Amino acid sequence: MTDQEKVALENASPCEQTRSGPCYRPNVDILEKDDELIVMADVPGAVAEKVDVDFADGVLSVHAPVDESRQTDRKYLVQEFGIGDYCRSFRVSEQIDPSRITAECRDGVLRLHLPKSEAVKPRKIAVEAH
Amino acid sequence: MVFRYLSTRHPVYQLRDEMDRLLSGMFQSAPLAAMARREGPAVNVWEEDDALRVEMEVPGVKNEHLDISVVENELSIKVDLPDHDEEGMTYHRRERPVGSFSRVVPLPVEVDAEKVSAELSQGVLRVTLPKAPSAKPRKINVSVAE
Repeated sequence: MTDQEKVALENASPCEQTRSGPCYRPNVDILEKDDELIVMADVPGAVAEKVDVDFADGVLSVHAPVDESRQTDRKYLVQEFGIGDYCRSFRVSEQIDPSRITAECRDGVLRLHLPKSEAVKPRKIAVEAH
Repeated sequence: MVFRYLSTRHPVYQLRDEMDRLLSGMFQSAPLAAMARREGPAVNVWEEDDALRVEMEVPGVKNEHLDISVVENELSIKVDLPDHDEEGMTYHRRERPVGSFSRVVPLPVEVDAEKVSAELSQGVLRVTLPKAPSAKPRKINVSVAE
């Protein structure tokens, strides 16, 4: 992956919300394998069924709403983190096959698989000896 | 190790936190003020009538990675999250913390250590610490003197 492509994976567009309340940018790991990119995002407390992964115009957006029952007016003795939805978006290069993107959410970690399109997969070239 | 709530906060909030930390010694009970100098994942602590509740965000952590204990008036939570390196992978970005980290939460009231319970769901650890009978609120009836 070139530097340019890495930059392209940066936040592509600011997060848009339809719901009021705080929205956090989850920490992510981005890994590359021979045949796919994997994006792992920390979304603790998010409801797996409501996680929304959207791919449009080359921008992959992730919106993970948090369980609303947690957003109560508690009187905290110590509050070090806020509770709110998670959103973040990435611009994905054309090398990805958008129709085969899959997502799973387990233990508060959202894992997205972005399979590379056939054209860019590394291919071993056999050298013929004469 | 980078934690979301420390690193990505707006500078104004960082300033506020710093002010809170400076002033907390004056207005807060001493044990909780000491938590301002924290390391490790963030916790929220709140009090209910019959119990103290502690919530900690530990995405990717499973039961076997956790070690929770209550010793006297301290709750200690240790997390040992193994590195998830796999063969044939290149990291382009690595923001999620791995490794071991721990937090010690000083408890402002006496708790019943035998009855402490913890549950882990969707990457959020919730610890419930029932208060010791002596720490529970008790309604005092006022008798009218004859």
